[in-house]
Amino acid sequence: MDIETKSGDRRPATDRTRTMAQSALRGLAVALVSLPGSVLCFCLTLVSLALVPIGIGIVTTPYVLTGVRMFADWRRVLAAEWGGVRIQRAYRPLPKDANPWARTFGMLRDPATWRDFLWLPVDMTLGFVTALLAFALALYPLEGFVIAAGLWRVWDGGTYWYGFVPVSDQTTALYAAALGAVLLVAAHWLTPFLLRAHFRLTDAILGSHQIELAERVRVLTETRRDAVDASAAELRRIERDLHDGAQARLVAMGMDLGTIEALLEKDPAKARELLARARRSSADALTELRELVRGIHPPVLAERGLGDAVRALALRLPLPVETDVDLPGRADAPVESAAYFAVSEILTNAVKHSGAERIWIDLHHADGRLRVSVTDDGKGGAVIGAGSGLAGVERRLGTFDGVLAVSSPAGGPTMVTVEIPCALS
Amino acid sequence: MRVVLAEDLFLLRDGLVRLLEAHDFEIAAAVETGPELSRALAELEPDVAVVDVRLPPTLTDEGLQCALEARRRRPGLPVLVLSQHVEQLYARELLADGSGGVGYLLKDRVFDAEQFVDAVRRVAAGGTAMDPQVIQQLLSRRAAVDRPLERLTPRELEVLELMAQGRTNAAIAAKLVVTERAIAKHTANIFAKLSLEVSDDDNRRVLAVLAYLDRGH
Repeated sequence: MDIETKSGDRRPATDRTRTMAQSALRGLAVALVSLPGSVLCFCLTLVSLALVPIGIGIVTTPYVLTGVRMFADWRRVLAAEWGGVRIQRAYRPLPKDANPWARTFGMLRDPATWRDFLWLPVDMTLGFVTALLAFALALYPLEGFVIAAGLWRVWDGGTYWYGFVPVSDQTTALYAAALGAVLLVAAHWLTPFLLRAHFRLTDAILGSHQIELAERVRVLTETRRDAVDASAAELRRIERDLHDGAQARLVAMGMDLGTIEALLEKDPAKARELLARARRSSADALTELRELVRGIHPPVLAERGLGDAVRALALRLPLPVETDVDLPGRADAPVESAAYFAVSEILTNAVKHSGAERIWIDLHHADGRLRVSVTDDGKGGAVIGAGSGLAGVERRLGTFDGVLAVSSPAGGPTMVTVEIPCALS
Repeated sequence: MRVVLAEDLFLLRDGLVRLLEAHDFEIAAAVETGPELSRALAELEPDVAVVDVRLPPTLTDEGLQCALEARRRRPGLPVLVLSQHVEQLYARELLADGSGGVGYLLKDRVFDAEQFVDAVRRVAAGGTAMDPQVIQQLLSRRAAVDRPLERLTPRELEVLELMAQGRTNAAIAAKLVVTERAIAKHTANIFAKLSLEVSDDDNRRVLAVLAYLDRGH
């Protein structure tokens, strides 16, 4: 809605007038149909439900409720076409050959049926008023002009109230016209706004948010599985690295030290040689552990947070990187870590495949989202998937509801953007 | 020479105390947290501080921050920073004030006692001790964008690397097993090729090289 309003503000005045007139007529149409329609639907439903205990209702209710649903569906179409509001439809399917009994109670057990039923009285009151008001607001100013044009003479001697203006002669009639002009200007914005408000009201009561929920559940299930898989794979990798690396070196060192102890008196020269080797082993083990730690949780990230960790990362690259960081606080550790590794992977990708000579990193937080964009002046053509490593980044970001976008036309430049919803502390 | 030592892990602190005492240093204080370090640096006026980057209570870069803060209050206070990992970012912050008396080494360097003690003495004397890893990162990064660096011979690059670590001509000569005069010739060539101003002062020379390598990033 906000976007529409903004774009509406920029349109020329004639367009806005047309939109107002259109909204007013649509408001009138909706108002004319919604009042009798919903009153009829509401009454029929009540009667049909009341007749259920004596049996007749069992037969009539499915038809009445189907009628109500058709009425609601028609309003859904209008909301989508005239108001740009998509109202979700979530009636439970009924078996085709169900008997009236099963159909009646099947429909009555459906929460969507009760949402419809609740909507009808709201539609015939508040819904009707908002739609009609949209129309009246566009029409009422015209009356002011007509009064000024001479209509005031009809109430010769008496006083006619136009809004808060008492009209009794030409001067006051002109005041009425002035008020009408002000109202007309206001109507340019208020009329479309009221019509949209009407459809939003309809959506608030009639709309099912179950489809969105189901979609959310699907996404969560998927990202949770990815997260579990990824962390299991990560643990396996760490285990293997420790087993083959630092652990093996410490074993070798221990053995060397044992040998040195035995050789100390017999062959000091050999012992000294082994001692040097043991020291090398310990240094190598440390180097490996350091690399491993960097892969698990980079020390700079722990010590300084995301901004400086990305700066430090940029300083390790063999090409000039401009880093622009604007973070007023720190995100949660898991988010920082995810963002860091995403940037790390994107940078690795850029250095390896793009042939870029410069890279720009922009890191900031706005509107409750952490946003990182990495731009390079390379040859472009980067895609998510195809073993680019970006697919993995996208999957891992999914756990945080983060998204990855790649813009990389052939010939460059490439811009990879990561967005993660999060709060800073 | 009086040393203030800050390291939170008991085994390492104990080892460092022993190592330094064995080399005739006087341990003025051996502390384990940031606030203690700040107090010791302010009150004891040591000749050199040996500081772990990560210290309690925050276990972030508290040690580094304390060292930087102490140097702001007493410019040129010699500080040797130790860490499990080295970052150019931190090296740059330490070198930023341009007054020397700065060291930044991996904890592994303690393994070689002679070299480590040499680094402590060098820093205490207002010199520089940069970890070879920092210098290598700087060099490889610089090499990617720098034309003048390409004109150096492999030997000169080697000398440049050792010089950037903060070593004196004598130490470089010993390391490369050549005469000190040969090294002096190499350094003169390097300075000419990189268009750096020649200086007789060793410390100034190192800082100039480091500034050159870190330029423009």
